[in-house]
Amino acid sequence: MSDDELIWRIAGGSGDGIDSTSQNFAKALMRSGLDVFTHRHYPSRIRGGHTYVEIRAADREVQSRGDGYNFLLSLGDSFARNPQEEAYYGNEEIKPLSENLDDLREGGIIVYDEGLISEEDVEAIDLHDRAEENDWHVFPMDLRGLAREHGREVMRNTAGVGVTAALLDMDLEHIEDLMSDAMGGDVLEANLEILHEAYETTREEYEFEHDLRAPEGSHDAEQALLSGSNAIAYGAIDAGCRFIAGYPMTPWTDVFTILTQNFPDMGGVSEQVEDEIAAAALAVGASHAGVKAMSGSSGGGFALMSEPLGLAEMTETPVVLVESMRAGPSTGMPTKPEQADLEHVLYTSQGDSQRVVFAPGTIEEAYEQTRLAFDIAWDYQIPAIVIYDQKLSGENTNVDVDFFDREVSPDLGSTLTEDELREAAHDNSGKFKRFNYDDAENGVAPRSIPGQKGGRFLATGNEHSPVGHISEDPDNRVAQMDRRLEKLESIRRELDEERESTQTYFGDETADYGVITWGSSQGAVAEAIERLNENGHSVRGLSVSDMTPFPEKEVTEFLESVDEAMVVEMNATAQFRGLLQKELGRFGEKLTSLLKYNGNPFEPAEIVEGYQVNLAEEDREPTAQVRIEPAAGD
Amino acid sequence: MSAFNAIGEEREIDRDEFTPGVEPQPTWCPGCGDFGVLKSLKQALPEVGKTPEEVLTVTGIGCSGKLNSYLDTYGFHTIHGRSLPVARAAKLANPDLEVVAAGGDGDGYGIGGNHFIHTARENHDMTYIVFNNEIFGLTKGQTSPTSPKGHKSKTQPSGSAKTPIRPLSQSLTAGASYIARTAAVNPNQAKEIIAEAIEHDGFAHVDFLTQCPTWNKDARQYVPYIDVQESDDYEFDVTDRAEAAEMMRETEDVLNEGTVLTGRYYVDEDRPSYTEEKAAVGELPDEPLAERYFDDDAEWERSYDLLERHT
Ligand SMILES: Cc1ncc(C[n+]2csc(CCOP(=O)(O)OP(=O)(O)O)c2C)c(N)n1
Ligand code: SF4
Repeated sequence: MSDDELIWRIAGGSGDGIDSTSQNFAKALMRSGLDVFTHRHYPSRIRGGHTYVEIRAADREVQSRGDGYNFLLSLGDSFARNPQEEAYYGNEEIKPLSENLDDLREGGIIVYDEGLISEEDVEAIDLHDRAEENDWHVFPMDLRGLAREHGREVMRNTAGVGVTAALLDMDLEHIEDLMSDAMGGDVLEANLEILHEAYETTREEYEFEHDLRAPEGSHDAEQALLSGSNAIAYGAIDAGCRFIAGYPMTPWTDVFTILTQNFPDMGGVSEQVEDEIAAAALAVGASHAGVKAMSGSSGGGFALMSEPLGLAEMTETPVVLVESMRAGPSTGMPTKPEQADLEHVLYTSQGDSQRVVFAPGTIEEAYEQTRLAFDIAWDYQIPAIVIYDQKLSGENTNVDVDFFDREVSPDLGSTLTEDELREAAHDNSGKFKRFNYDDAENGVAPRSIPGQKGGRFLATGNEHSPVGHISEDPDNRVAQMDRRLEKLESIRRELDEERESTQTYFGDETADYGVITWGSSQGAVAEAIERLNENGHSVRGLSVSDMTPFPEKEVTEFLESVDEAMVVEMNATAQFRGLLQKELGRFGEKLTSLLKYNGNPFEPAEIVEGYQVNLAEEDREPTAQVRIEPAAGD
Repeated sequence: MSAFNAIGEEREIDRDEFTPGVEPQPTWCPGCGDFGVLKSLKQALPEVGKTPEEVLTVTGIGCSGKLNSYLDTYGFHTIHGRSLPVARAAKLANPDLEVVAAGGDGDGYGIGGNHFIHTARENHDMTYIVFNNEIFGLTKGQTSPTSPKGHKSKTQPSGSAKTPIRPLSQSLTAGASYIARTAAVNPNQAKEIIAEAIEHDGFAHVDFLTQCPTWNKDARQYVPYIDVQESDDYEFDVTDRAEAAEMMRETEDVLNEGTVLTGRYYVDEDRPSYTEEKAAVGELPDEPLAERYFDDDAEWERSYDLLERHT
């Protein structure tokens, strides 16, 4: 475990401003030149309930939340008290302190609000004994009192940040800048006063016997702190998407909200509609009428989109849907991540149904693959789905600002202009042969947009003739089906030959063992492999992004290069491993699984341990909340 | 009235322009009321000055859903119950399109009932024709939401225990700004009403009584209708919500007892359409969104630098 990093955890009640405080603190660390990664843990509850955000910062790439943390700012849960009755609900008030201690590293720092958490409470959880055992450094501060004195009680978060900065020997400059960006007038003044007083008091009151300091950052390129939801929304905007329809469902709501809030300024249209069937159908309708459109949801809402998805496919209406996974089945755990909707997304909708599915693993990939999804969908007139999860959706990482090209691409792909339509094939009655299979290239028959002259056709979810008449003619059926099926093969060819691979590799190419993963587990896997190799193991990793069309060649090469491989994913039924075996038709005996489905994402140490037990064949059960699935035949 | 033909030449249009060539021939049963809707639409469209390229017909699934297979406009034959959400989005994407949505009573009042209420509530500028034959046609004669109480079918062998829904009243309550009922047995009124509905700026709901001689021989749709506007017995003001509501209630009671009343029930010219409402709150661009994709000079902005707030 490296000491060159800060993992700062701020804990309190939902609704206590933990989010905004941590967001600003993360930005301050980023502005000081560090790489940051945030991890958010919250219950499905509007107010109260234990919540925390972790910020990991280091002067090197940080790809996951890390294992444990080394600084706790415990604010207390102000909503655990019923304001009317002045009554406490159990010991919830103390939870932000008591619930967090298990993961605090040896030598770590604890700051708690003695204005909210009494000495008795502290004794009740044996804090002092545990601190001595673990060499923790405990700093009780009357954050609430300080905040009250200069402004309002809610500003105790600011006091907490001031104490943090003092204990870590940080400059206040970036924090002050961010505060003045976000607020003004009396509120700003009060907050600055609180920040300074907390900072000064801490420096005066305490001698620092701990070694933890904020690391020195060395970034010189400008950075932006983005969440996966931001990245997907901005990817869509830059892809030229200007229509979104949706119905709220956690965690998809984030993407929906970001686009809705930005669209009025850029001439886009957003619709919150009556349900997810409508949402997806609206996206199809807007796309049919000539606009790059998207919709999306989370598991249950996406289930309702199954029929419009098939309609988009059969009518060859391009559309992008995003599916933000949370733990299921049914409503499951609304605020907890899981990677268990893969099969749902791959196979939902009847018939020999085909769609493109990308599963980005990082913020950068989320942006790029959303753009790619739009490109492919409009070029090939096929639905494209971006599948990600609550973890990627909510975590923030810094990205070089230069990474974004900021060019909007309004290209409607294989859509004809009126001039081109004049030259195109028509039937005897003058209808445009929009679904022509005679000279379709790569399975794609160019389309027209309602309103265009000379482009009249019927789009229908029934099987249809080249102009769109409903048809059950066997020859036509086979020709149309084959043409549509050809698209996925052509897309695979384009992805293999003309585009940069969207798969990500880690570690040493000559390694004996492989770890293979997908989506948001990528970061933790990457870090685990780094650690294993530093400790003398021989491991390489692959994170797959293209769920379909599947990158058969790349994955085969990878699996052939190793003796054994462990598949890491956040679900209980090894869905991705199933996909690997289905697509590749072999490797069953080479693959084992490391599964986690307790509602929390993988930490690198769990993967390291899983590897040791699983592949290095240490004869024991893993201690973490993970499960190991043996290879086929074992 | 002129239009462009398939290869962009200008020529006069008449109802033939909306008729595809020899194929496909309607597969509806002889005597089906759906022919009446097709005919009145073919007559109404040139009358209101629409060219086939300017019209998008969006249909659901059912015998009724085949309407646009036999009509030469841009068409979208969607899935069961979902014509309205598809149609709404097309209108928002390109308000210049004349959007006509259509489907059966099962399609529109049953599976698509939720969309019906919300489309009326939002008052989208489009025409919605519901082929009301009081039966599921395409799936062979099951009871539909408009079948009368006691109606027997293979799926309700003891007679339906359910009171039929009241589409006119429902539409009014939800917020449609034009509501009429017409019948295939009266082509002249039907054509007039369809033309009026298309010209109306707002959600125009036409409950179109269509007979299904194959599965619903008992239905009242064959009975000669009474035009509520022309009969002295039914005086009311179509612009008055309360009077319209009262008339609808009466009508919907007697329909299943044997008297078929048709005509305009409610016309509100003042209620802004959804595109107007949406533009007023600043959520709809001035120019049709769809056109920007074909306009080489269109300014495609991120409008301000989205990244700024994250640095
Ligand atoms: C989701 C779904 N459920 C059921 C069906 C089967 N289905 C096709 S048409 C229809 C009902 C048709 O009745 P109606 O809408 O009244 O139209 P009509 O055929 O009478 O014109 C049904 C249930 C379907 N296509 N899709
Ligand atoms: S089944 Fe009924 S509704 Fe369908 S075509 Fe025949 S007559 Fe018309």
